[in-house]
Amino acid sequence: MRKADLLMAIVMGFFSVYLMWKSTELEIGWIDEEGPGGGAFSFWLSGAMLLCCVWIIVRSVRRETAVSRSTEQFISLPAFKTVAAVVLALTAMVGLTHWIGMYLSIPLFLAFYLRVLGKHSWLQTGLVVVITPVVTFLFFEIALRKTLPKGFTEEWFYPLYDVFM
Amino acid sequence: MEVINLLLGGFAIALEPTNLMLIVLGCTVGLFIGAMPGLGSVNGVAILLPVTFLVPPTGAIIFLGAIYYGAMYGGAISSIMLGIPGASTAVATTFDGRPMALKGEADKALIVAATASFIGGTISVVLFTMFAPPLAAVALAFGAPEEFALMCLAFATFIGLGGDDIPKTFFSIFIGLVLSAVGLDIVSGQPRLIFGDITGFLHGINFLVLAIGIYGIGEMLWTIETNQKGVQISQANVTFKGIVTEFVNMGSKLKSTLMGSFLGFFVGILPAAGATPGSLMAYGVARSMSKDPKSFGKGNPEGVAAPEAANNAASTGSMLPMLTLGIPGSPTTAILLGGMVIWGLEPGPMLFVEHSDFVWGLIASLYAANLFALIINIAFIPAFIAVLKLPFTLLAPLIFVLCFIGGYVPTLDMHDVWLMLLFGVVGYLMRKLDYPMAPAVLAIVLGPLAETSMRQSLLIASGEVSIFFTRPISGPLMVIAIALLLWPALKLLLKRARSKTA
Repeated sequence: MRKADLLMAIVMGFFSVYLMWKSTELEIGWIDEEGPGGGAFSFWLSGAMLLCCVWIIVRSVRRETAVSRSTEQFISLPAFKTVAAVVLALTAMVGLTHWIGMYLSIPLFLAFYLRVLGKHSWLQTGLVVVITPVVTFLFFEIALRKTLPKGFTEEWFYPLYDVFM
Repeated sequence: MEVINLLLGGFAIALEPTNLMLIVLGCTVGLFIGAMPGLGSVNGVAILLPVTFLVPPTGAIIFLGAIYYGAMYGGAISSIMLGIPGASTAVATTFDGRPMALKGEADKALIVAATASFIGGTISVVLFTMFAPPLAAVALAFGAPEEFALMCLAFATFIGLGGDDIPKTFFSIFIGLVLSAVGLDIVSGQPRLIFGDITGFLHGINFLVLAIGIYGIGEMLWTIETNQKGVQISQANVTFKGIVTEFVNMGSKLKSTLMGSFLGFFVGILPAAGATPGSLMAYGVARSMSKDPKSFGKGNPEGVAAPEAANNAASTGSMLPMLTLGIPGSPTTAILLGGMVIWGLEPGPMLFVEHSDFVWGLIASLYAANLFALIINIAFIPAFIAVLKLPFTLLAPLIFVLCFIGGYVPTLDMHDVWLMLLFGVVGYLMRKLDYPMAPAVLAIVLGPLAETSMRQSLLIASGEVSIFFTRPISGPLMVIAIALLLWPALKLLLKRARSKTA
């Protein structure tokens, strides 16, 4: 737990430094008669973030917080496996959307989750996999008029557009 | 009397068929969301906000307000039936609700919870109606320096009263503010913090991306990790006769309920506090007020009534600063506030002048939502218990899909979906390490407003920082904010001094 706490603070510390460096692209100083420049707000706030990270690290090293005293594992192995599988599946769904569109990536994700992680029957899985995209299409595309990304499946929808729009 | 006329006008809006339908739908959805372990009002409102683009702003906020209410009622259901809080706001309800269920009094506990919620909700809406117009009238005189001072005060309450690890709370506020600075500089119009020259950052980071990431994806990952083991569901037989008897018996718990309602409302107004600490405090006070404090924790119905009244009252209380001052009193209202910005409404006291039908429609809808949530709650107790039996592996992927689409729809940009996923995973890891997440969400909503008001004030004062301290309203607000910031340090010093003398 303590290692994770330290690691997070160090990573966030570097991120703060990057943010500070990035903020200097704009004026970070004080402009007379006007107040701070455009980058000042984010520069000094990132600086404050960095100070917080140092503060968190000091407290963690001196074991002043509950997290740094905890001898528990950051995450147990079975829990890690489940969470990692879910995160990978989510990443795959979002990544695939660019290519195959939401109407294929969402059913694939649902099928994987229900069948492999949830161990539901094929019938349950099938129902959810079919109904979800249909409801999504009717609600978001027809009622809300928001076009969802379809990748190469775009042309499959032309007949549907003819019917509904 | 003017208030009554405005309120009647509000009822005319709230009771329009579409809006009435939205109230009923919102209450039902909210009850289900609240009843599901792990999901509370903030998750429901964050995930479903994109769906509300279907209806006009008044309808949208009525729907979300009803979800907020419904979720407050629903939280008690899983606290009592499963012993796991349906939402963090219902933690205190488990203390006595679960023992009651184990004694075979689950039905009694559910009805006490619903009735106390109703009383808490009603009292707080009445208080809200009385306090909101005068507060908004005062706030009309506020200029940029006062606005900035108020925001400092809001953030300072997290430090002074939040009770979380202090450097981590500071960090959460700062990262939220920095993320809100991404996009175009408001004064010079130059691009700022465009990471890797990705054009998606030019339109800034939408607060919904962070909110859905943290409260949708992150929360689900958290629930998946913590709910790995199975849980025991209690039995409840709700009969009409039982409901009537409990209603009549409510008198004995009236004192705790009333105390919880008032306490909850005022705690709810504070930005850092909200419904969770409000209900915990109400539980504590109810126990110390009781003639028989030892029975608490062993299934005393007063231990259910007080926190349930308080969490509903707090949810209304947190709307007071959101509507009148433009400063949200809870993470859920922070998301509502962000929604108002998307709908093109300027939050703050001008709302009462320019969009009085919106404000009064919302207030009237809270009265109605309260009533419907009570009726739906009691009528459909068996249905909500059935929801608890639904396997989580069925609900979780559907909620993920809803987050995915909800992250895409507001901007129609896949860039935002990737960011949401990133925030979700990082937020989940940080939450495991005790980083509070609410300040970050509040900060990303308030960030642009805070920066604008600060820079406007400095422009007015030609760069003199003293403007925040010399004006009659912003001065005291800043002083209180600074005092709150120093409060934890002071407490520590006092403690050390005491331990030395002892």
